[in-house]
Amino acid sequence: MIEFRFEGRPVAAEEGQSIGAALHAAGIRSWRTTRFGGRPRGLFCAVGACFDCLLTVNGTPDQRACQTVARAGDEVTG
Amino acid sequence: MTYDLAVVGAGPAGLTAARVAAARGLRVALLDAYAKPGGQFLRGTAPPRLTGVDVMLGQRVWAVEKSSGGFRVHASATTTAATLLVATGAHDRVVPFPGWDLPGVLTAGGAQALVKGERIRPGEEAVVAGTGPFLLPVAVTLLDAGVRVKEVLEANRPSPRMAAALARVPSKAGEALGYARRLAAARVPYRTGHAVVAAHGEDSVEGVTVARLTPGWRPYAWRTVDCDTVAVGYGFTPQVDLLLQLGCAVEGDHVVTDDRQRTSVDGVLAAGEVTGVAGAPGAVVEGALAVHSLVGEPPPRLLAEKARLRRFARALDLSYPVRDGWRDWLTPDTVVCRCEEVTLRAIDEARDLGAHDPRTVKLLARPGMGWCQGRMCGHAVARLTGHEPAPQKRPFAQPITLADLTLHDREDNA
Repeated sequence: MIEFRFEGRPVAAEEGQSIGAALHAAGIRSWRTTRFGGRPRGLFCAVGACFDCLLTVNGTPDQRACQTVARAGDEVTG
Repeated sequence: MTYDLAVVGAGPAGLTAARVAAARGLRVALLDAYAKPGGQFLRGTAPPRLTGVDVMLGQRVWAVEKSSGGFRVHASATTTAATLLVATGAHDRVVPFPGWDLPGVLTAGGAQALVKGERIRPGEEAVVAGTGPFLLPVAVTLLDAGVRVKEVLEANRPSPRMAAALARVPSKAGEALGYARRLAAARVPYRTGHAVVAAHGEDSVEGVTVARLTPGWRPYAWRTVDCDTVAVGYGFTPQVDLLLQLGCAVEGDHVVTDDRQRTSVDGVLAAGEVTGVAGAPGAVVEGALAVHSLVGEPPPRLLAEKARLRRFARALDLSYPVRDGWRDWLTPDTVVCRCEEVTLRAIDEARDLGAHDPRTVKLLARPGMGWCQGRMCGHAVARLTGHEPAPQKRPFAQPITLADLTLHDREDNA
């Protein structure tokens, strides 16, 4: 297991697991809100097609959580 | 260096093609967007041994173009090859319904990928809904992961055509029977003529409204079911972006190929779901046949197998269509385009203003203008404007940074 941080809070992930899967498994199902309606967004297609699961990884915005492999020490924000 | 063959997509079709081509002495590059090979079907399985293939993972191919003597395949690096095989698969097709954008609602393929590829349990209690036989393995995968699957809802009715097709392909019939037994053993009801027509919850799904459907999918007789997870899939959309960039002929939602997987464009091959959704066995056969268009003659056995699986796929297509009654599931406030948050009301307003085709609706109301480039809502928006969904041209098949784009410019000018 490795550990990364989401909004400062530690989240565990298996080696090779995506950030999106690790968050979802940790009960964090939503990590951003939409621009207009403020609707919660997390995983939907989980295969890189829908772009619902965007988040910021180590300062780089708009990364697909389902396609980004979690690395130890990653700082992730919504 | 210029490869003899560049294969885009390392699922069943691409892996087979790469392996067969390398065994025949071709110089092969195999590219995939994901960090591991296998595609959706082989997710989580041991990676295959590919001798003599340059495997390039994490390569999101955003464009392909013709060049002198072949093709240039643009990802974070550029690969050149004399022949191109596109085996980019398909993604779930989903129809919108109230609450479908709540976290906890997953595509059927996504729910399966979370178990098979990511080894997580997507939720505690799930309802699986949609159309097509794929719902069965998805439900079984969730059961195996320890999810309590409360119901499997097939919107269509049992089809005599499908029963006949299954009878002709014993391996498929056996597979379906195995799933049915597993569901029965776990006391999971499989209901035809039913659908999830709404999902409820604040920050995540807490329950769904299930309705009985008329044969045309109009809902009646509603009830609610508590669950924290919904897996929905209404068939698949082939990912033909790269093939469209090269001008390959399409028919319906898929690309046209001959019996050796040659598209209408010289030097461009296609295999697997991009040629019409037929599942992994069909993809493996097509991957092998694609190589035979380059070296040797296709074995008659493979050609016969392909024809058989294609007939099966055709029966699937005809037995599990998306029927128009789903539009009655929507309210004016239902989000149709998830990226741009375009509601049914906004689409209707655009139509009132005179937008009668998907493109004009898109220009007026913005459905399909967001990050996913219409991959999720394109089917629904076309249907809502009374059109048959058609593959959309995407000059950039993947979002890329300006830095990547300018880097490519510098390489070109070097």
